[in-house]
Amino acid sequence: MSRPFLEVKDLNVRFETDDGIVQAVTDSSFSLEAGKTLGIVGESGSGKSVTSLALLGLHRTRSNAKVTGEIWLDEQELVSASDADVRGLRGGKMSMIFQDPLSAMHPYFTVGSQIVEAYRVHHPGVNKKVARERAIDMLARVGIPQPARRFNDYAHQFSGGMRQRAMIAMALVNDPKLLIADEPTTALDVTVQAQILDLIRDLQAEFGSAVIMITHDLGVVAELADEVLVMYGGKVIEKGPTIDLFQRPQHPYTWGLLGSMPRLDREVRDRLIPVKGSPPSLINLPSGCAFHPRCPYAGRNGDRSFTEVPVLTGGVHSVACHMPPEERNRLFQEDIAPNL
Amino acid sequence: MSENLLEVTGLQKHFPITKGLFKRQVGAVRAVDGIDLTVQAGETLGLVGESGCGKSTAGRLFTRILEPTGGKIVFEGQDISHRNMAQLRPLRRDVQMIFQDPYSSLNPRHTIGTIISAPLQIQNIPTPQGLKKAVQELLELVGLNPEHYNRYPHEFSGGQRQRIGIARALALRPKLIIADEPVSALDVSIQAQVVNLLEDLQSEFDLTYVFIAHDLSVVRHISDRVAVMYLGKVMEIANRDDLYKNPRHPYTVALMSAVPVPDPVRRDRAQRNRVLLTGDVPSPINPPSGCRFRTRCWKAQDICATEEPPLVTRLDDPASHLTACHFPVVDDEAVTGRTPAAAPA
Amino acid sequence: MVAYLIRRLINAVLTLLVVTLVTFGIFFMVPKLTGSDPALLYIGKTADKVAVEGIREKMGLSDPILVQYGKFLKGIVAGRDYANGPDVQHCDAPCLGYSFKTEQEVTPLLMDDLPVTLSLALGAAILWLIGGVTAGVISALRKGSIPDRAVMFIALAGVSLPIYFTGLLSKQIFVNWLGWLPEGNYVPFLESPSEWFIQMLLPWITLAFLFAATYARLTRANMLETLGEDYIRTARAKGLTERIVIGKHALRSGLTPIVTIFGLDLGALLGGAVLTEAVFNLRGLGYQALQAIRGNDLPVILGVTMIAAFFIVIANLVVDLVYSAIDPRVRLG
Repeated sequence: MSRPFLEVKDLNVRFETDDGIVQAVTDSSFSLEAGKTLGIVGESGSGKSVTSLALLGLHRTRSNAKVTGEIWLDEQELVSASDADVRGLRGGKMSMIFQDPLSAMHPYFTVGSQIVEAYRVHHPGVNKKVARERAIDMLARVGIPQPARRFNDYAHQFSGGMRQRAMIAMALVNDPKLLIADEPTTALDVTVQAQILDLIRDLQAEFGSAVIMITHDLGVVAELADEVLVMYGGKVIEKGPTIDLFQRPQHPYTWGLLGSMPRLDREVRDRLIPVKGSPPSLINLPSGCAFHPRCPYAGRNGDRSFTEVPVLTGGVHSVACHMPPEERNRLFQEDIAPNL
Repeated sequence: MSENLLEVTGLQKHFPITKGLFKRQVGAVRAVDGIDLTVQAGETLGLVGESGCGKSTAGRLFTRILEPTGGKIVFEGQDISHRNMAQLRPLRRDVQMIFQDPYSSLNPRHTIGTIISAPLQIQNIPTPQGLKKAVQELLELVGLNPEHYNRYPHEFSGGQRQRIGIARALALRPKLIIADEPVSALDVSIQAQVVNLLEDLQSEFDLTYVFIAHDLSVVRHISDRVAVMYLGKVMEIANRDDLYKNPRHPYTVALMSAVPVPDPVRRDRAQRNRVLLTGDVPSPINPPSGCRFRTRCWKAQDICATEEPPLVTRLDDPASHLTACHFPVVDDEAVTGRTPAAAPA
Repeated sequence: MVAYLIRRLINAVLTLLVVTLVTFGIFFMVPKLTGSDPALLYIGKTADKVAVEGIREKMGLSDPILVQYGKFLKGIVAGRDYANGPDVQHCDAPCLGYSFKTEQEVTPLLMDDLPVTLSLALGAAILWLIGGVTAGVISALRKGSIPDRAVMFIALAGVSLPIYFTGLLSKQIFVNWLGWLPEGNYVPFLESPSEWFIQMLLPWITLAFLFAATYARLTRANMLETLGEDYIRTARAKGLTERIVIGKHALRSGLTPIVTIFGLDLGALLGGAVLTEAVFNLRGLGYQALQAIRGNDLPVILGVTMIAAFFIVIANLVVDLVYSAIDPRVRLG
């Protein structure tokens, strides 16, 4: 049996800090097929960005970080791979675009030279002129007008949207098989966001890459993802096919997220239904189900919510919650769905 | 119709750009370039637009943190456009501001007790049961533990800090609160808490809000009326439901269609009905002639370049629905696809 | 860019003008406050009235202050003439007047001392720049390690120990006990480069140690900040080797702030390193200043001040220009 294109098994990421051990990601498992899009949703501190950095092996340079588990990319295991092997994949077979393209680009080098650098590190034999043409071609592909001229500009001379396009050009310059987008549109205006999402969609169709879209915005996930992963307190608490997950969300936290957001496609509600309390501290996670202090239903399951960590169960659409599935379904149909 | 608390006419704020040896003024960033609007007592006016449209500058003008370059700001019948600091003092009691970033808008060296009581002390407001009691009441009002009076801002989460900011704004029992992106730095689940809090406080204290945000869904949820800004001008203003059901200005239409809908079943439809604006917003230093949106508008014609469309009632809209467009979008008009590449300004 | 350049230049000239004004003001004020007569300071208290009047006449000390200041400025820019009875004594530009003590022109006096100070400052600067920055970078890359702690401990010592302590100690060790280096005096470079080098080695090391400590701490802090930047993460995400990530991406921005303080430190030192020169018996500007202060020799103090100010202003100018060359955000706005 062959593995999926990307398979993550029992991923754990922790950081030793002066304040204690930060358990940023706990026992995360998921997979992604080539050409598909996985959306990872969560709030700050949910572990979604830490997960994506772990895929690229970017915690390796942090001496206080410890990553365990397995990450299989195209039949190759990355957690145990050598630094040099992982570096060879970074920016090549797998690449990443970041949230704030202004700070993610070096202020002292031209945008073009940074793309050229990304290309040449994976194509050592290529001369500067060819690499330059490739970079200009990529700038044109992502819709930057006058790419040959903009090649020589610095990041601060680009508008926000153009900067993110340039960032995408840099990430795609080596035809990656896996593209990780970490909140790629959060810093952008909504009309620019629409342009960028459209661009990512087009490029994915063209290049056939697998895409991981990390975001806090359920709308972005609904637009792009084939599958969704909801993270809370460093754990995957729900995952499933996008349509299924939006139509029959199973975890009370997912309900909370949906209830919290006002939606343009529905009638205006009198009140939003927020999740009470604040996200947990990753240094001192709540016992049992990490969501229990904020969960309105925690008491219903006896003491289990407070003592026992729920495991992700179910088939294609799985959830980590102690509530029996029937009760969850009933609650959602009767109490939650009518108010969304 | 209730009375107008705030009336703004022809409001302008130009930030000079200087150049060369003698810092000669060579132009101006026309951040706010002639806006007219009113805010009625008790309502929430939403101000939406993308970065650089001038909405934050407008908010700072309303509170007179900034002095306008032109036009008039009338608060409760009094012209406050060019009052000096001393003359503005009474206004500070009536008009307060809530800021976007709950991290940088609170002094990290002061306890929240000091932060929240500062406006009371500055304005010499008598507190019959003592300052501490007054602050604790405010803390309770915004859903914070009154015992935390002596804690410092870093001991609170982002959402709690925003509540502290709200308590500070509320201390003087103002009539008008200008909230500049008050929830955009917060996590989704916390956003809803703060939005609900703002709504509760409004009904409890008869507050009037100007709610400035880029998030169209949040603005729709909280506002009674909404104004859409683009390049320093109001493009369209209407009652909330009119605006969101029958947007007239092509920019409003494009803006709304760009919002991702959290419904994967409708994904294809949403994408089909999306207007993708090409290019970037032109520079506010040298905005396009005529209608400012024309360089990115799929409906633009010659007249749009020569004549600036006034902000008036269009088609058969109610009198409260004003649109600054020569060719407003009619109901059920097909507005799909991408706009043509931007023409030179 | 050109406008920026011109603006910076005008700024520099204005600053120097203000410096002349202030120092001249002090020059004029000090005798007033101490109740002494500048003419007497020139000639000595025992002089007879006629001689004092002569000096007063020659130096123009009876002119109104503004006229005196005008002449002083003219002296700096174009040179000036002093009427000495029937003779005219010409003082070439930049004329800083005459020493009270030796009655020599101040400018050539100071020019004689300048090479010593230049040798000291430039040599030490090269040492501390290389040493401090290297130590700081290593420290930042191995944060928390034993080398990091060692560097930071030594740096703390370097910052807190005064130069007369480290200077005298090193002299005691290397000259008196070990005898590796000769006790001696400054030898001009042109006379014997190798002797010059050997003589300067200890002052260089001592002075550099002090500065290297500051630079190591600063470099470490800057590098740590830069290593946390998003664009460093991007550089790694592109698959660049650590050598390029650090050597090209991190150093470029991590060291930029060093340029600023390096320029200013060097500028300040060129005006004389009083303590180092005193400890090592080097007759540079700092030593000269010390002598002048002891002897109440106002024209010399004034001269040293002017030269020091000149170097600092020039250093400032150079820093600004270098900065705009490094950082395109400054250059292109």
